[in-house]
Amino acid sequence: MDGVTHRFGDVTALDRLSFVVPSDAVTVLLGPNGAGKTTAIRAITGALSPAEGSILTLGVDPRTDGDAVRPRCGVVSAKPALYDRLSGWDNLLYAARLYGVAGRGVPRHEVDQRIRSSAARFGIDAALEHQVAGYSTGMKTRLALARAVLHEPDLVLFDEPTSGLDPESAHAVLELITDMAAAGRTVVMCTHLLAEAEGIADHVVVLEAGSALVTGTPEEVTRRYWPGDLVLIEAEAPDQLDRIANWRGVVGYDRDPGQAARVHVDGPGRVPDLVAGLVADGVRVTRVEPHQPTLEDLYFAVRRAARGDGLAPVRGVVPAAPERIRSVR
Amino acid sequence: MSIMSAAAAGEVRGRRSSRAGRMQWSRTWTVARTELRQLAQARDYWIPMAALGGIFFLVVPAILLLTITRVSQGDMIEKISTTLEMLPTTAQEQIHGVTQEGRIAYALAVFLFAPIAVVVPLTISTAVGAATLVGERERGTGEFLAHSPATAREIYVGKLVASLVPGYMTTIIGFGLYSLLVNLIAAGDVGRWFFPTTQWLALMLWVIPPFLAFTLSLVLRLSARVKSTAAAQQAAGLVSLPLIMVSYTQSTGALFGAGVSVWVVGAVAWVVAIASLTRGVRSVTRARLLGVADGV
Repeated sequence: MDGVTHRFGDVTALDRLSFVVPSDAVTVLLGPNGAGKTTAIRAITGALSPAEGSILTLGVDPRTDGDAVRPRCGVVSAKPALYDRLSGWDNLLYAARLYGVAGRGVPRHEVDQRIRSSAARFGIDAALEHQVAGYSTGMKTRLALARAVLHEPDLVLFDEPTSGLDPESAHAVLELITDMAAAGRTVVMCTHLLAEAEGIADHVVVLEAGSALVTGTPEEVTRRYWPGDLVLIEAEAPDQLDRIANWRGVVGYDRDPGQAARVHVDGPGRVPDLVAGLVADGVRVTRVEPHQPTLEDLYFAVRRAARGDGLAPVRGVVPAAPERIRSVR
Repeated sequence: MSIMSAAAAGEVRGRRSSRAGRMQWSRTWTVARTELRQLAQARDYWIPMAALGGIFFLVVPAILLLTITRVSQGDMIEKISTTLEMLPTTAQEQIHGVTQEGRIAYALAVFLFAPIAVVVPLTISTAVGAATLVGERERGTGEFLAHSPATAREIYVGKLVASLVPGYMTTIIGFGLYSLLVNLIAAGDVGRWFFPTTQWLALMLWVIPPFLAFTLSLVLRLSARVKSTAAAQQAAGLVSLPLIMVSYTQSTGALFGAGVSVWVVGAVAWVVAIASLTRGVRSVTRARLLGVADGV
């Protein structure tokens, strides 16, 4: 997507959105509700046709060649979008017919086999004869997953795939998504739940108000925001840690009330100086350890930077007196 | 970063529209069949509709015809006979019967009840059509269709077929039973098995289908645009009730006026229906299936 803008009346859902989805990898679109994640997925398949910007999906523009794009895509939307009055089997058969898996020239037993194996892959084969209205949320999601990959799409798009699932089912779904990428599929997943993106994202796009704030692999983006080292420091009285926010070598500082401080320093050699300074100030430091930034850290850092709050700004800091800082330095 | 101009985007969308013109009947039939399968599962839909058909095709005709042929006193028969004399001459010439009761039964069976063939399919089909597109949106399944390879035209025609079939099937089955009923009750007085008549067949095969198609083209357009199934049902009622009256009047007139009138009424109805159906395709868009189009 390059410079894509889409408006719903007066509301701008996508605002010059640009990002690239690498093939054979999991790309996670991160963003709060209303950031434009769902609209982006709809634009990728050509379900929506933004008027501005350029889109290439699997090498073609979905707005002009949607008929070529959509058969190669599988979509799992936030709601499972299943026909409740039909059985699981009939839901899959409907998709098979629309996507050309079933039809003239395809033997019935091959279609049956395809449906069964797709359902078995997601552990829903035993319930196929039952009406979908009686399925649990987890079963519906599994059926929607089976339907999305029934036609062996090149690109699979997930819109909040764990929405409404219990933790166990959500974990299972995320494992299935990881397996799909491992099997050579290109996956795009959008979520506002950072924990579920952690570990499966090969590529992240952080969205806000329809724009991409940052894109890249988690490692690349992390290095961009934390070129130095991140250290987690705990103290018996955590608020006493806030004084180091303005100390030399501290690039960024962040601490939630009552929690440990995440301190971004310009190099690992700075850590002993910080600890010595804190101890000299009478702060009882209880733990110091290197901290690997999580996707959550990244997400909030990116959003704060976009708001102009600066990179990893200090929250709830009580600046130390200037003379005291000087003496420590 | 490249930005495609709105004009260029409009041009490429135009090209896409021309490509989208190619329709796969297999996908159209798949959409229709799935809709029908869901209807078959919906007892809350087909039980009232079966009751409606039963009342119009069996209960009311049976009561009236039995009253005329078996129960009525002479003065009542006289009054109805006088009323029949007010019918157009062409209609009176078509009335057969060896007894006065038989002539009345013939007139009622052919000229009064038969045009009900218009009412029943219109009522049943508009109930299906009104819910079909907005229902996809309400259930969230519009998202599945919007991302699917099915074109807007295939979806529209599929939904149209799915709306037509229940109404027309009800009419065919209903009139099969109706034919049996009226012949069993009144054939003795008429002098022969008299139903269906040639004109009635022309009505069924030539006049009713375009009225049905025209009404459904309007109802589907409404269904694509409104926000809820309830609103669609209300709007469909507003559209279909006057149409039912008009089509009833036209159908009755076609039956009364022997000869070419039934063909003329049918021909005009077909032209209007085809024009409306063609225009109605535009009402189905992927944005509307998703519920994000302006005005939805």
